[in-house]
Amino acid sequence: MCVAVPGKIIEIDGDFAKVDVMNNITSANIKLVDVKLGDYVLIHAGCVIEVIKKDLAEEMLWLFSEIEEAAAPKNDEAIKGDKASKKEV
Amino acid sequence: MQIDMSYGSGGKQTSDLIQEVFLDAFHNKILDRMEDAAVLEVKGKIAYTTDSFVVTPMFFPGGDIGKLAVCGTVNDLSVMGAVPKYLTAGFILEEGVSLETLKRVTASMAKAAKEAKVQIVAGDTKVVEGRGGIYINTSGIGEVIKSGISISNCRAGDLVLLSGNLGEHHAAILSSRMGIENSIHSDCAPLNSMVLKLLEEEIDIHCMRDVTRGGLATVLNEAAEKSGCRIQLTEEALPVSKEVKGFCDILGLDPLYMANEGKLLAVIPEKQAERALNIMKASRYGKNAAVIGRVTEGLSEKQTRGVVMTTALKGTRRIDVLYGEGLPRIC
Amino acid sequence: MTLEQVKQELLGYEGRPIKIMEVCGTHTASIFKNGIRSLLPPGIQLISGPGCPVCVTSSAYIDHLVQYASRENYCILTFGDMMKVKGSRMSLTEAKAAGAKVQVLYSPLTAIKMALEHRATNYIFAAVGFETTAPIYALMMEAIIENNIKNLQLMTSIKSILPALTFLCDNEKEIDAFLCPGHVSVITGSSIYQELSERYRKPFVIAGFEGGHILAAVYEILQQLLRGRPGVKNLYTSAVSEEGNQRAVQLIRRYFEPAPDYWRGIGSLEASGLRLKQEYGSYDAGSSFETREEPLPKGCKCTDVILGRIHPVACPLFRKVCTPMNAVGPCMVSTEGACGIWFKNGN
Repeated sequence: MCVAVPGKIIEIDGDFAKVDVMNNITSANIKLVDVKLGDYVLIHAGCVIEVIKKDLAEEMLWLFSEIEEAAAPKNDEAIKGDKASKKEV
Repeated sequence: MQIDMSYGSGGKQTSDLIQEVFLDAFHNKILDRMEDAAVLEVKGKIAYTTDSFVVTPMFFPGGDIGKLAVCGTVNDLSVMGAVPKYLTAGFILEEGVSLETLKRVTASMAKAAKEAKVQIVAGDTKVVEGRGGIYINTSGIGEVIKSGISISNCRAGDLVLLSGNLGEHHAAILSSRMGIENSIHSDCAPLNSMVLKLLEEEIDIHCMRDVTRGGLATVLNEAAEKSGCRIQLTEEALPVSKEVKGFCDILGLDPLYMANEGKLLAVIPEKQAERALNIMKASRYGKNAAVIGRVTEGLSEKQTRGVVMTTALKGTRRIDVLYGEGLPRIC
Repeated sequence: MTLEQVKQELLGYEGRPIKIMEVCGTHTASIFKNGIRSLLPPGIQLISGPGCPVCVTSSAYIDHLVQYASRENYCILTFGDMMKVKGSRMSLTEAKAAGAKVQVLYSPLTAIKMALEHRATNYIFAAVGFETTAPIYALMMEAIIENNIKNLQLMTSIKSILPALTFLCDNEKEIDAFLCPGHVSVITGSSIYQELSERYRKPFVIAGFEGGHILAAVYEILQQLLRGRPGVKNLYTSAVSEEGNQRAVQLIRRYFEPAPDYWRGIGSLEASGLRLKQEYGSYDAGSSFETREEPLPKGCKCTDVILGRIHPVACPLFRKVCTPMNAVGPCMVSTEGACGIWFKNGN
């Protein structure tokens, strides 16, 4: 329900910062978060709503390691058999 | 100096305006005669089209309303397999527009016409109340050198070629309105030399369009529907610059639906596609040309027709036409 | 695990059919954009939820805006999203065509500049949205007060997602799990889903908006269901924390308070709206918090669509009477509305 886009803080001027989104420079309000130059942030409707802790590629890697952990059966009554397919709820 | 209502009166000021602005910028043997109609010499079949231009802002990175007015009509003629020859230009000026602005626009038209090797042979001016706007209508005639190019003529097995990056005109216009700074330039350009080259090299183009308002998605749907086929796109093959992608991300827009003003879509038999691609890439406005998809059989049921895209994730997505106006959104 | 393996595993699922609701309209849009549905087996169904502010906004709200827009010296400021939504008579696009002043903005904060520059114009900002956008309206309020601006008011239809989720958990037992909205969660934090997840024993998984994010989240949901251990899982940790953006939450609380609100297609839900506090009432352009049921057009199944009971294609009006050019129900209007997205992307 809300489009938000990541960008990098390249200039800070009071309550506003210039944010670089793939070479598009847009001005965003920074009163909702503490930011510093070089931070990657999430902008929604002209406002920084959060500092991004890792980049997309990094998150994607982390994501798949995270769900792998979830998939590994922790005890015996968990999923058995053929790892690659055919599971039932 | 500003244009006021008297410049549209048909009297002294009107003729001064014609002399000082329009004849000065466009002059050629036919126009200079100042008759009520231009008498033209043409060979064989002609292509004939018209288009009106109302863009705001009037000047934008990569072009202006004048360049657009010439290129738009030149491109419409070119994609029908014609060599554009003659244009007419009708101006509706809102009072308050400065002579300097008008001269900038006509100079830009003259420059574009020179590049496209067309002559502006007739014109008209009216002045209306308003706030300094300029609206232009151009019509054009071209000599057809290849017949049979048609939106209904895509055939299974053809490849779909696009002459460059998507969305640049739309993004350039919207950037200034939305206060986003970037170096995106409108792709506004005459495509006639690229088309001529393709035809001279005997590429058997089945269908050709310049991709303008409504974006690539809308044109492709029209082609698929009229040709009774399915067009299969590959997301990863679509040329979109990083900057335009970022711009679209900010405003929630999709480059498939954004306007272009200098992009050629050509549907070509597979065995000629590589040669055609090289011709596009070698021409001035085709550096980023790419094969973006393929035409397949549109079997009898309606479901199999239309435009479908294989996404980067290897999923499939159906691509429909643009509905309404593509507005920036936050949600 | 790789993306390829996740895709393989999902496609291989042959268990009982499961229904996952993606609450957020931006997720719905991304699911179509990436062709996610074509990558899932018939047994895993993604259904679209109420997280599209345009779809759930009442037509009375649009009517109010249209009324204001037609007044002398008034100008409506809005996001592009709201332009096409029909009220009981017309949309803002149609009102504009009829001479009303309506301007599309990207940020509410631009409104401040406009109000300062054009003192003689009364601006009304169409403040729609969820928790993500609410703090920005709070910032706008701050700037209005700071600059002593008298010619800018808000017409609010700001909604909180949790009451809607609670309603869905209570009434729609068929939904097995929720794909939680990523950017709402940036503000609220992942903890807000904890209680619901425990009470109803359902997975609540937060994800970003890339295709890979969504597939991973669906996989995570499947694993939780398979193992019988549903819970809250945050897969969007680059932006979403457990506690959320507390500064934003505090700012919302300074200016807004919860109120019952009307959701088109669902009805009135307790404390599901945010309205300006009484002390800021003079900045409210008369936002209506109609609790009166607003009947949907005859035959319109938007309620069932928003609640995930049916896919849009199951509505008798879909594609036959109701199209994006002639939208009968709200779900067809919005770029994010389930019907609009289904219409454009087929399936």
